[in-house]
Amino acid sequence: MSLYKKCHRWFHQFASPKYFYDISHIISKYAIVVCIICFIAGLYGGLILAPADYQQGDSFRIMYVHVPAAWMALFVYVVMAVAGGIGLIWHIKLAEIVARNSAPIGASFTFLALVSGAIWGKPMWGAYWVWDARLTSFLILFFLYLGYIALQSAFEDRRVAARAGAILALVGIVNIPIIHYSVEWWSTLHQGSIISQIDKPTVHMSMLIPLIFMVLAFKTFYVTSLLIRVRTEILEYESNTSWVKQLLRDYKNVTN
Amino acid sequence: MTPRKKRIVIVCSILAGMALAATLILTAFEKNLLYFYSPTQVIAGETPTERSFRIGGLVLNDSVKRNTDNLEVSFVLTDTVNEITVTFEGILPDLFREGQGIVANGKLDADNVFKAEEVLAKHDENYMPPEVAQALEDAGAKIPESHDAAQ
Amino acid sequence: MSLTDFLSMGGYAKYIWPVYGICAVVLFLNIALPIFRERKVIRELQKRLQSEESKT
Repeated sequence: MSLYKKCHRWFHQFASPKYFYDISHIISKYAIVVCIICFIAGLYGGLILAPADYQQGDSFRIMYVHVPAAWMALFVYVVMAVAGGIGLIWHIKLAEIVARNSAPIGASFTFLALVSGAIWGKPMWGAYWVWDARLTSFLILFFLYLGYIALQSAFEDRRVAARAGAILALVGIVNIPIIHYSVEWWSTLHQGSIISQIDKPTVHMSMLIPLIFMVLAFKTFYVTSLLIRVRTEILEYESNTSWVKQLLRDYKNVTN
Repeated sequence: MTPRKKRIVIVCSILAGMALAATLILTAFEKNLLYFYSPTQVIAGETPTERSFRIGGLVLNDSVKRNTDNLEVSFVLTDTVNEITVTFEGILPDLFREGQGIVANGKLDADNVFKAEEVLAKHDENYMPPEVAQALEDAGAKIPESHDAAQ
Repeated sequence: MSLTDFLSMGGYAKYIWPVYGICAVVLFLNIALPIFRERKVIRELQKRLQSEESKT
């Protein structure tokens, strides 16, 4: 069997609801453990071990919520758009489910990034909010998420909703590079990117390591939250299949 | 063309269309998306004269003069090429200090003095402990300047 | 470092702790609500399955 065929078969097996339902339990078990360890390490490192910043004092510790939330807001959007696109082209149900259930988590991360940024901005900049290119484009990201969520509840038929949502997500993806490069293309009040050069981080090691842990914690948190939602929707979608019926009987035996 | 190929073409054309539209819009609005003007742009007369606008740059060392009677403060803003004097009355943000990047909102008066109604501090992307900053300074190394603070 | 020093966060306590508090609430909701929903869906589907099977 050629490699392509192998990949193709694996992809379809992975995308089959039953297979994914089973394997997702294993994935989320590991994700929860990694998530908890990273949160403890990141919070301990960020709030206790990391020294105060030479300019911003202790207020820079807001970074450990703000930066992971903002990065994940972008990451989840890309996942949502790509999964939506896959669902649109190949009509893979699992991709549609992943796209739809990513939206509320991504919206939460965007909300967190906006609120933590506003609270950070007050003491440092002197204002909760300014209409510079970075903040404005990020607010648009929040509205894209809200629009997507509203669209999902506007349609009775989930597959129609998934298709409409995928088109919105794909149209909105143009905002992602704009957010990323806004601090380089235009003069903004927002600072530049802390990872513009990988080999020369602008954040000191003692402050960067807790940040990496927090980013990993947020990423595994997303996986955990997403998989619970995806499993629920798979059960609803497949409620008439024999494997779900058998599963429901088994669950009953466990709970009773 | 199979239906799937057709859908791939549709998705790709959505992406291409949006990229093109965004590029055109952003090019058209380029100037308006600038959050602030530099002192050089102010001196070149690129800024609006009637309405207020924002000016950004670094606070020149030893240029901050505080009036002891009220909260009035004046300082020189520089982009390392040109300088503009700024006056302001009010409370300055925590990060306001000499050598720091700031953005001020206000109007230019007849003597080319910028009367600010609001002063916001701009910080860069460098984060380090005070000892490291001190060590860098002692070694004579300049703390890497944010590329846009001196723009 | 004493606990009061830690809690005062160099004078930025009123900015830092609300951020971490809001973060905790948002993250908690993003786990708790999906779990509740998963349980509710399983219960409902089980009920439906039971009534279907009792009919036949």
